[in-house]
Amino acid sequence: MVSGGQLLSKIATNEGHGENSPYFDGWKAYDRNPFHPTDNPDGVIQMGLAENQLSFDLIRDWIKQNPEASICTVDGVHKFKDTANFQDYHGLPEFRKAIAKFMGMVRGGRVTFDPDRVVMGGGATGANELIMFCLADHGDAFLVPTPYYPAFDRDLTWRTGVQIIPVDSCSSNKFQVTKNALEAAYDRAQGAGINVKGLIIANPSNPLGTVLERETLKDLVSFINERNIHLVVDEIYAATIFSSSSFISVAEIIEEMDCNRNLIHIVYSLSKDMGLPGFRVGIVYSYNDEVVRCGRKMSSFGLVSSQTQYLLARMLSDEEFVKNFLAESSRRLNKRHSMFTKGLEQVRINCLKGNAGLYVWMDLHHLLKEPTFDGEMTLWRVIIDQVRLNVSPGCSFHCKEPGWFRVCFANMDDQTVEAALKRIRAFVCKGKEDHQEMPTKNKQRWQRNLRLSFSARRFEEGVKSPHVMSPHSPIPHSPLVRAK
Amino acid sequence: MAIEIEQPTVGLSKVAVSETHGEDSPYFAGWKAYDEDPYDESENPSGVIQMGLAENQVSFDLLEEYLEKHSEASTWGKGAPGFREHALFQDYHGLKSFRQAIASFMEQIRGGRAKFDPDRVVLTAGATAANELLTFILADPGDALLVPTPYYPGFDRDLRWRTGVKIVPIHCDSSNNFQVTPQALEAAFKDAEVMNIKVRGVLITNPSNPLGATIQRSVLEEILDFVTRKNIHLVSDEIYSGSAFSSSEFVSIAEILEARGYKDSERVHIVYSLSKDLGLPGFRVGTIYSYNDKVVTTARRMSSFTLISSQTQHLLASMLSDQEFTKNYIKINRERLRKRYEMIIEGLRNAGIECLKGNAGLFCWMNLSPLLKTQTREGELTLWKSIIRDLKLNISPGSSCHCSEPGWFRVCFANMSEQTLEVALKRIHNFMDQRKTETN
Repeated sequence: MVSGGQLLSKIATNEGHGENSPYFDGWKAYDRNPFHPTDNPDGVIQMGLAENQLSFDLIRDWIKQNPEASICTVDGVHKFKDTANFQDYHGLPEFRKAIAKFMGMVRGGRVTFDPDRVVMGGGATGANELIMFCLADHGDAFLVPTPYYPAFDRDLTWRTGVQIIPVDSCSSNKFQVTKNALEAAYDRAQGAGINVKGLIIANPSNPLGTVLERETLKDLVSFINERNIHLVVDEIYAATIFSSSSFISVAEIIEEMDCNRNLIHIVYSLSKDMGLPGFRVGIVYSYNDEVVRCGRKMSSFGLVSSQTQYLLARMLSDEEFVKNFLAESSRRLNKRHSMFTKGLEQVRINCLKGNAGLYVWMDLHHLLKEPTFDGEMTLWRVIIDQVRLNVSPGCSFHCKEPGWFRVCFANMDDQTVEAALKRIRAFVCKGKEDHQEMPTKNKQRWQRNLRLSFSARRFEEGVKSPHVMSPHSPIPHSPLVRAK
Repeated sequence: MAIEIEQPTVGLSKVAVSETHGEDSPYFAGWKAYDEDPYDESENPSGVIQMGLAENQVSFDLLEEYLEKHSEASTWGKGAPGFREHALFQDYHGLKSFRQAIASFMEQIRGGRAKFDPDRVVLTAGATAANELLTFILADPGDALLVPTPYYPGFDRDLRWRTGVKIVPIHCDSSNNFQVTPQALEAAFKDAEVMNIKVRGVLITNPSNPLGATIQRSVLEEILDFVTRKNIHLVSDEIYSGSAFSSSEFVSIAEILEARGYKDSERVHIVYSLSKDLGLPGFRVGTIYSYNDKVVTTARRMSSFTLISSQTQHLLASMLSDQEFTKNYIKINRERLRKRYEMIIEGLRNAGIECLKGNAGLFCWMNLSPLLKTQTREGELTLWKSIIRDLKLNISPGSSCHCSEPGWFRVCFANMSEQTLEVALKRIHNFMDQRKTETN
């Protein structure tokens, strides 16, 4: 009898799903022992989840005040039938219009977007995969500046067969992507017979929390334009800018320079800017008509629920609400970022100077026992087990230099931030000694467990235990969500 | 305004430029005629009536009534925890209460004759995504799935486009009411072998689209035996299971497996959706139910690309957990569909047109072969064009469903009011009368 596993495709049986990365390993510790301010104050604090939980009240209040936007209330049910029936992959026209308008407002009105170029995807996850399917064949490659969002490995390559060519960056110039690095990576790939179809970059950056400067953006556009390859800019953190320096979108840059617009594509989502990851609103905005046409057909595989389109169409068309929301959300993120970074500075922990995102890129290389990725893993294990914070190690972002960690701060309340800072302070002050005394024997055991038990457990628990959540989500009954 | 640059057109992927999205098929061409001139009872009574859209619009009132009575089902007026939780919830396991509701709904549809474990329910944004996702998991590019003809035209895109997997048809014909036979299964397998293509599974739709008929128990047994013998998968797309006119007439593959004590069941996967039975295509609710643990795990991971909006999961979890509501809905929906079916069959019969004997679905499989000038695909398309042009009815030609016999057409009847159906039947009647006069 042939076992089930051998009957499946290569895609199904390879590691392309990416869940065996350390990015997800920390979740296990959190799942087992989640922090709660009163019920479990010694639990693991989740700082590996880039979510924006600071401004729900604004959205919730809008929904309460606008019952007709919900097709399931007495006020809105007359729209139920038409909406429930609507599965056109063009999307509700008012939804597309509202999204285009929202995208413009997020960019301070400095650029406008055409609703007819808005294509839906199943979250940014689906949108990123979709744009790859449109632009690249199996075996083709995309350049991706490091450090980058770990799930790009899955989203861009798993089912598409596209390969990622990392373009490395260094802390010495603040991890900015350089023309030299791009050219070197491109030439090397072409030389090896790999067909590079484009460059994809997140701006604002995950995990850096920085925005691309105008000149850098122009360099990127020139780079792809000269080589006639695509540029995909993932702008899902556009509205998480929290300091006064503005975010510059690629949409603005192409108004300022000559380039072949058929090469320019933007990926967007409401998961970060509005804190609505559950609604699965992913957008591909392409300046290439053919990509829009093809992308739209492909969006059949990941359309946004018409119920959600309807609600958001009304919400995002409310200019007053949007203006207020963007300003207030920005203010709160800024405040939270300040609070957190100041707390870290007090114990001489520095972060890359950032002005966006829901996280900081923390520099802990001075705490490494050895300046290697093994050293990083050791330190990370200590942070999870002793300090009990789930943070994300830089290696999972393909960072070239060990010692950097992404630490999220917007998915919790002030109380929890204080608790985290307290622990970090305690750790830095006395922890250094403990850390150095750590027996090597323990280190080996953790590293073994890191791999084996995680993947084995994932396999089992996926079927037998419904309690283990998927890597990108908190436990719904998590105390963090309940906390005010 | 794009700046014109003298450059070779930058290439898109092969997938992007291929025709496999299938939209150039006549299945979709008829839509254009409808889009340009849509029928409206008062505004445009001579417009094109859309009979090419397999939608269930006969039971909305039941849903609306439920929502009016339970309007807390989707508002978050109760306070922060509810809304926040759902807005954040992107776990690919899906809302547990929703999975439980789906599993119990599927059980109810099968009259309790099969049990479904909520932990085997994987959620996707529509059956479109479910079918593609399963194909990615069960087959490699270049491999094939065997699919009985005639089949849903969308399969050409869903199963093949981005996956690179092929469809090899299992030919069925009217001599035995288009049922799948062991000979046809073997022949299809051999066809693939001859082309050097590896067959990874069989995909059936039960009840069938476009036939509007359930697959008989004995045939299901034969298909299951066949896939077991060949050591391949079986995907049973049961999205019309709740649209069988009587509960006892539909036999699910799940029942066959249960009767066999789930022996060899890890090769079987069921696709379900709420688009047809509940008439909610816009909400994008699809599911994969697999008896194979590895498939469940992998499908769940892959569903990251196509999750169901938590807002929608929340609403439907409430609705489908209300077993009294669902029991009543299923019963009434079946009854209304059956009445609609009988109405169209009688109307067509009075016009001298016969259909395949159906017992499920939102459409009937109409035989117009006596009207063809030539018993060929071209003859069928010529007739079809005249039906659009002169009768102003958008119906789907059998060739777009890969039917090997020309002259058959799928005619949808549940996506319109009774009055509109009467108008359509009248036009057909007049058309047939006219033909009789012409030929005489």
